[in-house]
Amino acid sequence: MGVRIGPALAVLAAAFITGCGKDVDPNEPSGFVRIKGSDTLVNAVQEVSEEFMKEYPYVFVAVTGGGSGVGIASLINKTCDVASSSREMKPKEIEIAQRHGVYPKEFTVAFDGVAVIVNKDNPIGKLTIDDLHRIFTGKAARWTEFGGKDLPIVTLSREVSSGTHAYFKEEVVQLGKKDSTEEFSAKTLLLSSSQAIVEEVVTNEAAVGYLGMGYAGDRTRSIRVSKAGGEFIPPTVKEVMAKRYPLARGLYFYTDGDPKGAVKLFVDFGLGPEGQLHFENTGFVPLGATGAQTNQ
Amino acid sequence: MRRRISEIVIESAIRLSGVLVIVFVFLIFLFLLKDALALFRVYPVGEFLFGRNWLPISEPPQFGMVPLFLGSLYVTIVAILICVPVGVATAMFIGEVAPKSLKTVLKSLVEVLASIPSVVLGFIGIVWMGPFLRSTFHLTTGMCGLTGSLLLAFMALPTIISISEDALNSVPRTYREAAFGLGATRWQTLWRIILPSASSGIIAGVMLGIGRVIGETMVAMMVTGNAPVIPQSILQPLRTLTATIAGEMGETVGGSEHYFALFAVGLVLFVITFIINFVADSFLRRARR
Repeated sequence: MGVRIGPALAVLAAAFITGCGKDVDPNEPSGFVRIKGSDTLVNAVQEVSEEFMKEYPYVFVAVTGGGSGVGIASLINKTCDVASSSREMKPKEIEIAQRHGVYPKEFTVAFDGVAVIVNKDNPIGKLTIDDLHRIFTGKAARWTEFGGKDLPIVTLSREVSSGTHAYFKEEVVQLGKKDSTEEFSAKTLLLSSSQAIVEEVVTNEAAVGYLGMGYAGDRTRSIRVSKAGGEFIPPTVKEVMAKRYPLARGLYFYTDGDPKGAVKLFVDFGLGPEGQLHFENTGFVPLGATGAQTNQ
Repeated sequence: MRRRISEIVIESAIRLSGVLVIVFVFLIFLFLLKDALALFRVYPVGEFLFGRNWLPISEPPQFGMVPLFLGSLYVTIVAILICVPVGVATAMFIGEVAPKSLKTVLKSLVEVLASIPSVVLGFIGIVWMGPFLRSTFHLTTGMCGLTGSLLLAFMALPTIISISEDALNSVPRTYREAAFGLGATRWQTLWRIILPSASSGIIAGVMLGIGRVIGETMVAMMVTGNAPVIPQSILQPLRTLTATIAGEMGETVGGSEHYFALFAVGLVLFVITFIINFVADSFLRRARR
């Protein structure tokens, strides 16, 4: 018995090393693309990459989430080919990247609204940016301040690795002021995924959270938001397209220098009509809709 | 002659693995120390150890460890208060009281308990236990220290139960016979004779359980709410040392201040477990004497 195991193991090992014996057509592009980053984008990018792999069967695409910061960090650490991000790279990060010999190139792939969600039993339906600021910095402690029930406000946020966290902090917590040093209230719960925020809001009447609008299903209620005395706008694809919803942002791909080979194929596919269609299907706003273009 | 050679080979192999383990632990410590100390070149030690704010991505960042340390401390202490009495009592029941048929069933159930992945427990915590605790204690949120403590206690139970049970089993039968012979009741025998003589093993099990609780990451990250606030009570959201490392490690760039700060947190964790093991070891030695 013991003697027979040897050759069998060798065959197995060979199979592992060489892969499952699929022959690569030399005329077709082949390769391996590693994409890492934004949890907001991860489902959409997954869908795009599945379509991409149908088109280019010899290119393998691996998609991982973790947060925009994770993607950018691994681009700098050279452990991914494309970093997906729901925020722009900070000047400090670009500086660090260059020190590591990485020259990030930015592609805007879609647009997104950040939805603020509450429990369905919460009577509040609309808030201004200033209200949100007071809520998330802890200046407003109870829902009664906004005409709601007599409950303490429980604020939910993503972890600091999230691009949505960074965006929300800039636009709401610091009200877009560059020199502001305001922070999320220390009592804010930092949850590790958008799904965890949805689960907590579904079960907790006092909770309020924010996430990419692609994640806001019908188990929670999205708040209509107004900026500087404007109209109260719901977070929908239509309103983001019309640039009326105040909490809207770009979603990005970053590559190291100009993309080449399989990575270029993938980025082009994502920016092309088919890729854009899948971003739209997963709840994001495609590029063409707002007339934006790739920037450097 | 042949026997000699193989003996020498085996002996040196065993010695080598022993030495290697020590070398590895030492290297891990050095590695942690190197990267942790790099933080203190740019960030004062005092502010790291006694700072009350953990704001890693602010400008300028603040790496105050106090809220994280207290978060871990609270969760661990409450988890121990829950799991040690329950675990030891269960071990006593399985080892000494339960009839044979029940004993085998319970033993395999404990093993099943040990095999539940922590992420599954975390999920149960999010969708069921958190909301349950919130409505029971009228909390503002179910993502709090107590949810974490309960789940972590649950995770440490199998370790404590099986090691304590082994310790109870290894008490010589003659002790029991002598106790019964002197007219002691079953409870007196168990409480006054068997438990004290098994105490060293039980303490070892408890310590391993504590190690499990303080080092567990996934559950802590999923259910404790991760708010880096100095906790006033166990019913509040809090953030543990382990969850901080796991939640933030991915986004740090190698060589940045934040990266080194997480290594410093890792070093603190290492020192804590080292102290726990040291204390456990001295207890064990005292018990053996």
